[in-house]
Amino acid sequence: MELELDCRGQVCPLPVISLAKAAETLQPGDTVVVTADDAAAAVDIPAWCRMKGHEYLGSEEPSVYRVRLR
Amino acid sequence: MTSGPVYLDAASSEPLHPAAREVLLAALDQGYADPRRLHRAGRSARLLLDNARAVVAEALDVRPDEVTFTSSGTQAVHLGLLGLHQGARDGTITHTAVEHSAVLHAAAFAGGGRELPVDRLGRVEVAAPPAGTSVLAVQAANHEVGTTQPVTELAAVAGGVPLFVDACASAGRLPLPEGWSVAAASAHKWGGPAGVGLLLVRKGARWRPPFPADERIDERAPGFENVPSALAAAAALQAVVNERDEVGARQRALVDEVRRAVATIPNVDVVGDPVDRLPHLVTFSCLYIDGEALVTELDRLGYAVASGSACTASTLTPSHVLAAMGALTHGNVRLSLPREATHEQVAAFLAVLPDTVTRLRGEVGH
Repeated sequence: MELELDCRGQVCPLPVISLAKAAETLQPGDTVVVTADDAAAAVDIPAWCRMKGHEYLGSEEPSVYRVRLR
Repeated sequence: MTSGPVYLDAASSEPLHPAAREVLLAALDQGYADPRRLHRAGRSARLLLDNARAVVAEALDVRPDEVTFTSSGTQAVHLGLLGLHQGARDGTITHTAVEHSAVLHAAAFAGGGRELPVDRLGRVEVAAPPAGTSVLAVQAANHEVGTTQPVTELAAVAGGVPLFVDACASAGRLPLPEGWSVAAASAHKWGGPAGVGLLLVRKGARWRPPFPADERIDERAPGFENVPSALAAAAALQAVVNERDEVGARQRALVDEVRRAVATIPNVDVVGDPVDRLPHLVTFSCLYIDGEALVTELDRLGYAVASGSACTASTLTPSHVLAAMGALTHGNVRLSLPREATHEQVAAFLAVLPDTVTRLRGEVGH
């Protein structure tokens, strides 16, 4: 399944915390699409994926980040 | 030893070296006059200034006429980089993505620079600079993560493009890497007083003054010379270089210990090159924590550290250095050991850190 997570208005590290909490409710293979306007999210979401072993699928439009859980 | 605050932010500013303190106090009485004047007081000031230059030259293994005292490391960076750019006939400044903001601002002032990416350790690839480069700006070592850059290797493939080397983070702690045309350093980062920078211009480098001239002893830098502080900065540098092997080895071992211990805390990213790095500096980022909250909490517990995070509204963008490396930018802490830091202090810090991280994570519900 795909979950859309709206983190607009949240400052760092809140978008990554929201993403981590959402991930706990999902299964491997699920994707999360995070919308976050905080500047740090562009670096910290890929870094979270690397640290936690998830796959960062990229950002097709500004402030929108796609993650696949493993 | 946990009594009294423990200062672990030497990369922001090293406490004044005892050798500098003595010299500064003596020089305040003897070096107040205008070193250009021919009277006795002027000659005394001139003697101290020439002495400071000679001591710095010896400590850094450069010629005395390659040494200029500036009023800060930032001013040395601006004069050095823009003067080399001015001396080039045309072209654009190229710089690594992890340079200090003083370099980035100087490049922007010169019409904008081109950026070279870095790898996960924060290191730039050894390659010829892009065509049309006026100056290649590359730091000796990074001020936030400690990683050293391959300056000498870059100079070897630069094809005649001059290198500007910002050595502010490393001067005194590591030998100056060879290959620079112009370099810059900052006294308060090695234990000299604030308000003294070094501009080093290699004999024969095409450096031209980028700003209005002045008629001082050294025409590369404007303004009245700060003779007492220059002499104190030189004394500190000489002392730091003399004790570098011993202090550096001790700091390296302490940083290794910090890196090992911090890596055992869950969800922590230890950043930068573990080996080819500044001896006294280590940076790590903790998932799910606001870096400024961590700095504030550690300060309350008696430990002064810095952070590259920007989780408050006051600064909108996180550290460009961490971002360029793909390192986690929130929950970031930079430890940099002053000369006097002890094993006991570092061990005490490591004893309180895991609980502090856990507590702050609990506050945000993770």
